[in-house]
Amino acid sequence: MEDLKQHILDGLGAAVNGAEIAFGELTIQARREEIVKTITFLRDDPICRFTTLIDLCGSDYPEREQRFEVVYHMLSMHLNHRVRIKISTDEDTAVPTLSGLFPNANWYEREAFDMYGIIFDEHPDLRRLLTDYNFEGYPLRKDFPLTGFVEVRYDEERKEVIYEPVTLPQEFRDFDFMSPWEGAKYVQDAEEKGEGT
Amino acid sequence: MTDMTQIDDRKFTINFGPQHPAAHGVLRLVLELEGEVVERVDPHIGLLHRGTEKLIEHKTYMQAIPYFDRLDYVAPMNQEHAFCMAVEKLMDIEVPRRAQFIRVIYSEIGRILSHLLNITTQAMDVGALTPPVWGFEEREKLMVFYERASGSRMHAAYFRVGGVRQDLPPDLVSDLIDWCDQFPQKVKDIETLLTGNRIFKQRNVDIGVVSKQDALEWGFSGVMVRGSGMPWDLRRSQPYEVYDELEFKIPLGKNGDNYDRYLCRVEEMYESVKIMQQCLKMMPEGPVLTEDNKVVPPRREEMKQSMEALIHHFKLYTEGFHVPEGECYAAVEAPKGEFGVYLVADGTNKPYRCKVRAPGFPHLAAMDYLNRGHMLADVSAILGSLDIVFGEIDR
Repeated sequence: MEDLKQHILDGLGAAVNGAEIAFGELTIQARREEIVKTITFLRDDPICRFTTLIDLCGSDYPEREQRFEVVYHMLSMHLNHRVRIKISTDEDTAVPTLSGLFPNANWYEREAFDMYGIIFDEHPDLRRLLTDYNFEGYPLRKDFPLTGFVEVRYDEERKEVIYEPVTLPQEFRDFDFMSPWEGAKYVQDAEEKGEGT
Repeated sequence: MTDMTQIDDRKFTINFGPQHPAAHGVLRLVLELEGEVVERVDPHIGLLHRGTEKLIEHKTYMQAIPYFDRLDYVAPMNQEHAFCMAVEKLMDIEVPRRAQFIRVIYSEIGRILSHLLNITTQAMDVGALTPPVWGFEEREKLMVFYERASGSRMHAAYFRVGGVRQDLPPDLVSDLIDWCDQFPQKVKDIETLLTGNRIFKQRNVDIGVVSKQDALEWGFSGVMVRGSGMPWDLRRSQPYEVYDELEFKIPLGKNGDNYDRYLCRVEEMYESVKIMQQCLKMMPEGPVLTEDNKVVPPRREEMKQSMEALIHHFKLYTEGFHVPEGECYAAVEAPKGEFGVYLVADGTNKPYRCKVRAPGFPHLAAMDYLNRGHMLADVSAILGSLDIVFGEIDR
């Protein structure tokens, strides 16, 4: 795996920012603009031959300057190894689409767009995939509440399904069970501000 | 009059589902037809979207396990397996040997559950009514085995981080052995209904052909690549648990059509029974959960005696255990293909991100490619052969 890592770093040069091996898995930090070139190399190079795009997903780190990560998992069924490629982006910066290389990237990118609002450049069909028709917001972002904003019910008078703002009969409970010895998060926050005892 | 000639009255668009018996759940397909030939398929999914990934981010690691039962609800334990393996990888936990065997046995039960459902309901989609009735009888017996091990027929939550929840009850092993002896005959019975059946073959041979190259490009896995002749099975190529010690064959198809996939699934059931028989024979005595009380709650008897056990129990069921920072991907060969979990841990008691890689998702994404140029009646045959379950696709 060390050899593979070195081979990829040599082959891609400036298109990648780095690579690391953790838990027996190879992760490559790639540059967003070069992602199509990177994936093409990984697919076609005879030592890599990652011919299957296993997974593509987003993830959200709001504290970072570029809050989103797009994570690609690739698999070579010929040579029996895997690789993970990560790039970062934010709300406004588009990521080049992979749907020209792998047709199944079409749906994976639609899902990432749906869940995180990550925009994919030149995607042939960037519609929402999993959420309701006319849904607003990006549910997997960390600042999207677990309960959502609207709820639906069938209205007997209007004889149709209507959307209403969420009403919680019981207050939303989000317990912080972190160990009191290590300090629960809210206690730590209060202490840092000098409000705690 | 001129307007009339411009509109091609052979072209029309129809809705297939979401309420359709052959839609295998809640799938809405918008089909564009030219006469009876399908020109374009646009699947609308998400009608069963429950936000599983979001919910898991708000739950402790142990509380996340039951969500995996509800993904592919036809083979629940295979999903739990992938999640437990991901957490075990991050925490570097060794699973006791007996637990590994139990996990393999129940994964194979899951595989048989799923394949039985798939081949029989796919047969129903193309017009045969008897196979589901025969198949469901065996499924019911298997679900009783689920219940006897975990207390629940379907949503088991039996696989835990570090092993399985509890040991098998004493007479369950001998009942499993008895079941394994009679089951191959039941599959043969179902085969007499289908394998040589003229109508079944007319509906499936040369329908939904996937070439090897396309199977790779579309990200297929499981039976969808094996049916096209690609020798790929995670149990063999990236073995987990005790699969590398067991003998089993991996059936391959030749033509990559519906019929080959059906044959692969049937053969896989025979192999699964062989795997179970070997496991039942080789399974040693011993613990079924690791002894590490920082991860695994203590037994009830201990709690009555030991203060420390009581504290551990309380802490594990409120705060849960902490998983060190890191990210990993763990995959199992689920009945439908590669089921993977991409887990990002930030050092707290809850997953930071948990992406579920469902095998059915890329398969369904290829519906347009698979159906183009086929007849309308083939849509349900192909859909059935993809082995789609909406719990895992919509998540």
